[in-house]
Amino acid sequence: EIAQEKEHIPPKKNDRLLVKGGRIVNDDQSFYADIYMEDGVIKQIGDNLIVPGGIKTVEANGKMVIPGGIDNHTHFQMPYRGTTTVDDFSQGSKAALAGGTTMIVDHVIPEPGSSLIEAFEQWRSWADEKTCCDYSLHVDITHWNDSVKQEVDTLLKEKGVNSFQVYMAYKDFYQMSNSELYEIFTFLGEMGGIVQVHAENGEIIAEEQARMLEMGITGPEGHVLSRPEELEAEAVFRAITIASQTNCPLYVTRVMSKSAADIISQARKKGNVVFGEPIAASLGTDGTHYWSKNWAKAASFVTSPPLSPDPTTPDYLNTLLASGDLNVTGSAHCTFSVAQKAIGKDDFTQIPEGVNGVEERMSLIWDKAVTTGKMDENMFVAVTSTNAAKILNLYPRKGRVAVGSDADLVIWDSDAVRTITAKTHNSAAEFNVFEGMELRGAPSVVICQGKLVLEDGNLHAISGVGRFIPCTPFPDFAYKRVKARKQLAILRAVPRGMYDGPVSDFSPMSRGGTPSASARTSPTKQPVRNLHHSAFSLAGNPAQRGELQQPFHLPIRLPIPCCHRKYQEPDTHTQQQSTLTHYNALHT
Amino acid sequence: MELLLPLWCVCVRVCVRLSVGESEREKDFQHNDRLLIKGAKIVNDDQSFCADIYMEDGHIKQIGENLIVPGGVKTIDAHGRMLMPGGIDVHTRFQMPDRGMTSVDDFYQGTRAALAGGTTMIIDHVVPEPGVSLLSAFEQWREWADSKSCCDYSLHVDITEWHKGVQEEMEALVKDHGVNSFLVYLAYKDVFQLTDSQVYEVFSVIRDLGAIAQVHAENGDIVAEEQRRILEQGITGPEGHVLSRPEEVEAEAVNRSVTVANQTNCPLYVTKVMSKSAADVIAQARKKGTVVYGEPITASLGTDGSHYWSKNWAKAAAFITSPPLSPDPTTPDYLSSLLSCGDLQVTGSAHCTFNTAQRAVGKDDFTLIPEGTNGTEERMSLIWDKCVVTGKMDENQFVAVTSTNAAKIFNLYPRKGRIAVGSDADLVLWDPDVTKIISAKSHNSNVEYNIFEGVEVRGAPLVVISQGKIVLEEGNLHTTEGCGRFVGRKPFSDYVYKRIKARSRLAELRGVPRGLYDGPVCDVSVTPKTMTPASSAKTSPAKQAVAGAQPVRNLHQSGFSLSGAQVDDNLPRRNTQRIVEPPGGRANITSLG
Repeated sequence: EIAQEKEHIPPKKNDRLLVKGGRIVNDDQSFYADIYMEDGVIKQIGDNLIVPGGIKTVEANGKMVIPGGIDNHTHFQMPYRGTTTVDDFSQGSKAALAGGTTMIVDHVIPEPGSSLIEAFEQWRSWADEKTCCDYSLHVDITHWNDSVKQEVDTLLKEKGVNSFQVYMAYKDFYQMSNSELYEIFTFLGEMGGIVQVHAENGEIIAEEQARMLEMGITGPEGHVLSRPEELEAEAVFRAITIASQTNCPLYVTRVMSKSAADIISQARKKGNVVFGEPIAASLGTDGTHYWSKNWAKAASFVTSPPLSPDPTTPDYLNTLLASGDLNVTGSAHCTFSVAQKAIGKDDFTQIPEGVNGVEERMSLIWDKAVTTGKMDENMFVAVTSTNAAKILNLYPRKGRVAVGSDADLVIWDSDAVRTITAKTHNSAAEFNVFEGMELRGAPSVVICQGKLVLEDGNLHAISGVGRFIPCTPFPDFAYKRVKARKQLAILRAVPRGMYDGPVSDFSPMSRGGTPSASARTSPTKQPVRNLHHSAFSLAGNPAQRGELQQPFHLPIRLPIPCCHRKYQEPDTHTQQQSTLTHYNALHT
Repeated sequence: MELLLPLWCVCVRVCVRLSVGESEREKDFQHNDRLLIKGAKIVNDDQSFCADIYMEDGHIKQIGENLIVPGGVKTIDAHGRMLMPGGIDVHTRFQMPDRGMTSVDDFYQGTRAALAGGTTMIIDHVVPEPGVSLLSAFEQWREWADSKSCCDYSLHVDITEWHKGVQEEMEALVKDHGVNSFLVYLAYKDVFQLTDSQVYEVFSVIRDLGAIAQVHAENGDIVAEEQRRILEQGITGPEGHVLSRPEEVEAEAVNRSVTVANQTNCPLYVTKVMSKSAADVIAQARKKGTVVYGEPITASLGTDGSHYWSKNWAKAAAFITSPPLSPDPTTPDYLSSLLSCGDLQVTGSAHCTFNTAQRAVGKDDFTLIPEGTNGTEERMSLIWDKCVVTGKMDENQFVAVTSTNAAKIFNLYPRKGRIAVGSDADLVLWDPDVTKIISAKSHNSNVEYNIFEGVEVRGAPLVVISQGKIVLEEGNLHTTEGCGRFVGRKPFSDYVYKRIKARSRLAELRGVPRGLYDGPVCDVSVTPKTMTPASSAKTSPAKQAVAGAQPVRNLHQSGFSLSGAQVDDNLPRRNTQRIVEPPGGRANITSLG
């Protein structure tokens, strides 16, 4: 409601604006024209426009006028163990605007077990209250069951969310099993959503983390050592396989390594509908800093998947971004103070994760990709704004300078040079992962909702003016192909006569030695031996119930102290039987 | 090796008692142990050369020209034909139990078929039913094979479940029972399938033991979903099998197991490479330096999955195996090329045959059809025909992929897989010109359908010598039930482990020496209802298997408390998370925060 009221606030004088003498840059072409905008919408484009007298005019002096950037991945004001990230929606969106980004898409992260819609409404209220630019929301699916499915359906149809993220990492927490992924992908593929995936193999990470800690490695370098880029690439590969199987468009968030990017680019060559999102950090810096002797500095780089220690990574990712193998950029801006990071000072697995980048993203890509000649300014617009708008189904309202589009514009000064430092940045974080980097290219004027928010180096952002922009399902950019494939994918059985020959006798209950299909019958995860150690003799049922959970899931973790064997009941067989019966009773 | 002598005696006894065509066999027996082959072109994987070869007591004693041999030995004149090491079929499943049924080729029939095709050693898979001890399953297979096998054999053991007891048994198998390879399944959800964490742990154990990790690579979770979907669509015939197991799912699992193997520095061996995509993943991984071997099988090298759409149910069902044959008809040619260039190294048959009546268990539901195809007899000829005749590989590479590489990987080299003085006298005199048509009518397997029915292949064994005795001559098989010996294999095969060892020396990790962080630390809730992707490492005290560390918490489960104190055991494991803020506070730091 708040948002709707806001839309009806009568326009002020500031709402009429003429940009003269600019070179308009879209993702397909560049041309010289003036732009007139009113009520936050572009009304006219051309030469010698007829506009009302006395309106504010901005002289572009031949500089480029580009669609405002869309940062497709932020985590502002994210709750974390009772605290929140230091950049709230106000601080965060100010930083965004300062860097030429006029729209952000934040991630709603519902606590596992809680309602997606409630979490969504919570984020809406935070963002509506504080955001200085337009925003949308991705919703992360942190657990999966029928009621979640129902909520996803509601979010898609009624709440303006068309993209949902699932996690393949964070074992025992957010992580989804392959079967759950399959179900989610299938559902979203049918409903016209975009599946986003945090791609890392959480199971192996958990093993590696334990190994690192055992070896006594507790500092931030353990973070990257326990999350090698192969694990990222593996998960990307798996996600693509499932997406291809379910005919669902896939969006890989945070492409951090060469291997992961390679998998995406190979999959695209094979025809998969997959989009890769490198972030400001992976395009601009690398993971060598995890070995910094300054703990606080090393910790400020902690994010997942981690920055790759391979220093050639940023260049490689920029090249793939330029060639179109990667499509969208975000910042994954999620900033913690040093004191917050220090929660993990004795154990890297406890360091809150996230890096800055919302302010630096546009300049960084300009510097790394356009000034180096990897991409032209049109491609720059595509990867910083247009492609994101297309995937979000907001195109051409966002992501294009055209009559009828939102008046979110940036006058880009390709010659400006500035040095990134935490001293001058607009984020509240004490560290900046790009500290000391000299970047060429910066916004000289930023127009958001038709209003000047950055001019002459001064930021005039207003908290709470940002509107929630609903995204509708079935974005053409992804779904035209998916729809065509669906029509082709119909399977047919072979018409055969009934088989009427002899049939062997077999025991349907015991799936014995043969690797034969998916028997739901077989008692796999019932490690008979381990039941010996479950000592539920004297205590009552509660203990027994407690026992049952452990051995079925992670049998290896049960210690087998030999001395305990003497406590076994003499008739272990009966004991097993009773346990199995009990198990069956519980699970059928 | 200690087993060798007694077995040999048993063998002699058994031979006399059981031999087929008894009178003539007995007569020949004495001389059969001494054998001279004259004028052969000896083909090893590295070179070919002309020489005579003399063998005695099952071993090659002399190689050269003008050999001095005892008088009156049996002599074969090779007339310049190729003499090569007998084939090693690295993957068979003879006499395999499945739901109360048994595959139709037992160790006798199966090894007979192998010998008929020029294969003189097989390595079978022990498949312990989940819940059954690995050792007792192994002993069971030993018993079956010792009593029936006609050629030397060895055994892989499949890990069908995972817990501490299995680890101990693996150690025993490696140390005392001559097993150096274990297979894990990424498919067969809820039956054999292991999770990624379990696979990681198994691989770590395997590496420490110096064994080879074999993997059945298919994503079982997705397969299960697809099976349900396909059945729901009313597709119940054999075509559903391949539709529910697309090759992407195979490639995905190969990629995942390569990742885990890299992570654990464990050598990996992918059984049954059935598709181009899976083979590509292996080839790429090798280029990146992974120690990984790929095993295409006779079926994937010789035929394709188009037959699943056959209108004849029995024929379609005869092709059922997992991963399935690829419907892409260019697959066999592609796999042969990769085999020729060295990207794939070893060949097996995965010979596991079921009759139509047995297959018909799944006549209304493809997921119930017992899986497996024939191929142990056809393997050598088929590879010769597809690869050597077409000029993709020479005869030396042929020896490498049918015999030598297998012997090297599984640590049998040079006893097996090479013609050299001291090696076992398992030899094949190969006739590259003979042409035959494969047919169920003439094959040595018991199965009614042969998936290569009607295929004309060039190249076949003329004479097969196993354990120094002639077992195939002039088209006649003279096999002896039960004379096959179990060949134990030692761990840390050089061919595989030299690189692994070098890498583990390099892989030592060190922490960064830093002063203690003494700045402010944020207060956080102790039992975090975390909103952030904070890691869950603490929740899974993994690696206990390898490191032998004792996760404190698990002692709770040893459970001899009278008070029932372990009621909390059913709480989520997350509670084991390391407490960031210990009760009572962490003096200096909290005060600063």
